[in-house]
Amino acid sequence: MSEPIIRLKNVNKWYGQFHVLKDLNLDVAPSERIVICGPSGSGKSTMIRCINRLEEHQEGQIIVDGTELTNDLKQIEAIRRDVGMVFQHFNLFPHMTVLENLTLGPVWVLKRPKAEAEATAMKYLERVRIPDQANKFPGQLSGGQQQRVAIARSLCMNPKIMLFDEPTSALDPEMVKEVLDVMVELAEETGMTMLCVTHEMGFARKVADRVIFMDHGEIIEQNAPDAFFDNPQNERTKLFLSQILH
Amino acid sequence: MDQTLPGADRLPPRTDTGVIGWLRTRLFSSPLNAILTILALWLLLLAIPALIDYLFIKPDFAATTAAQCRETGGYCWAFVREKHRLILFGIYPYDEQWRPLLASVILVAAIVCSCIRWFWKPFLGLLWAVALVAVGVLMWGGVLGLSYVENAKWGGLPLTLILSTFGIAFAFPFGLLLALGRRSHMPGVKAVCVVYIELIRGVPLVSLLFMSSVMLPLFLPEGFSIDKLLRAQIAIILFAAAYVAETVRGGLQAIPKGQYEGADSLGLGYWQQMRKIILPQALKIVIPPLVGIFISLFKDTSLVVIIGIFDLTQAAKAAVSDAVWRGFSTESYLFISVIYFIFCYSISRYSLSLERQLDQGQHR
Repeated sequence: MSEPIIRLKNVNKWYGQFHVLKDLNLDVAPSERIVICGPSGSGKSTMIRCINRLEEHQEGQIIVDGTELTNDLKQIEAIRRDVGMVFQHFNLFPHMTVLENLTLGPVWVLKRPKAEAEATAMKYLERVRIPDQANKFPGQLSGGQQQRVAIARSLCMNPKIMLFDEPTSALDPEMVKEVLDVMVELAEETGMTMLCVTHEMGFARKVADRVIFMDHGEIIEQNAPDAFFDNPQNERTKLFLSQILH
Repeated sequence: MDQTLPGADRLPPRTDTGVIGWLRTRLFSSPLNAILTILALWLLLLAIPALIDYLFIKPDFAATTAAQCRETGGYCWAFVREKHRLILFGIYPYDEQWRPLLASVILVAAIVCSCIRWFWKPFLGLLWAVALVAVGVLMWGGVLGLSYVENAKWGGLPLTLILSTFGIAFAFPFGLLLALGRRSHMPGVKAVCVVYIELIRGVPLVSLLFMSSVMLPLFLPEGFSIDKLLRAQIAIILFAAAYVAETVRGGLQAIPKGQYEGADSLGLGYWQQMRKIILPQALKIVIPPLVGIFISLFKDTSLVVIIGIFDLTQAAKAAVSDAVWRGFSTESYLFISVIYFIFCYSISRYSLSLERQLDQGQHR
């Protein structure tokens, strides 16, 4: 395995007295695509949110692309430039048009000229198949369209790593597919490192290199998707899979 | 065959549209509302004819002296004719009063321009710079052949306008910083802001004005003094900023955490986040209470009378103290009330239209 792009070493985190992450160890290779699943409260979202420091870990080491996450604000901002994130609730900026949402990061963080940023933004909007919505406000779009805008917004920063935090769980059922299609395309056409918290097992089978199962703040089991789904080793994994795969 | 096709649209019932529908839904939707409507109509019927009688029918418009006014009763327009310049411009030299008039017009024009979206461009700053220089030159004089008028002689409307314009212009950014400071993760900054806000809000403006005018000079070294008007201005700014801060804080707290996280994940720094993401949304939420603060600031400038500054209210009081025109305080105070009302009502209408403009297409 080549030098990992993300390395978690004995990471621990508590919310007050509650031990959310217990001695996590994880290496992610460049271009690797990982799907993380597990029951709610298992710490899977918290783990990926630690990778771009939306949550702070208290013990252990997190190294992203050769830089260790510390309290140094400059380093945190540098890592965030390289790590895109897609949220469950989109977190688009409602007071800006779609195009402004997409160019904000490139113009203000990457200091790109506005025209160039807009061209890039249109390119990615075409990629997520909604170039005609560029001048609308997020509130005028459907949930699925908003999430695709959010994906495009992250892509505009040209990140090395993309984190997806339950990207389809706030969507109406008929919109899940359009978002997953975009994500599959992204996985297949670019060599981007992806970490995705999701319960969409079809997606996991299709694109994941590795599926990780978490419970009570620990990584219980990890394996290639076919082996993971067809032949789970751990009892808790078996129980979880029996509950989500009817 | 008068069966409607399935799914065909029908018009709403007639009772819900037109004049009758409007009356029903707006004025007589329930017994209580009907009673309130009738009560309100009755009050209007009492007030409006009486007011017209007092203002326009009873008074003798040809009257020129106080005695004639007293005979006819009603509103004494002669008083307004006689005293309006004193009320509007205070004790500013009589022959030079075109200067404060022009200064007021320039100031109001600059404010109106700032309210129009088309002017929200860099040159607005330049426009203000020119306007302020012009106002300063006109008021003080001493150049361009204008005689020098010290600011102790300024008074009336221009003074009220100056105090409130600068009051708002400085209290707003200062209050914004205080609000951000109060939400800061740095304990030192937070403590300073909390103490400041609570201290100022715990004290009436009157006492702040007193302190600035009586106590402050005691602490300053001998021979060093700050102008009285400036001290009052600073007191007003310090006071209003604390209220602005708490209002803005309310707006900041209403912004969902996801907005901060979205901005964080793009790698935006703190000030970029505030400027581009958080404040535009937070300020939009707090426009109504913020405008409330500005309106009360405008009216609170009248409190400077207690330290002997000759603002609009003080000028109205002075106009009545003339022995010849004694007893016409209704006239005097009604006159300035109308002026205050025009300004406050304009601010309030503007805030409504601003809300509507900013609201277009941005619903979450």
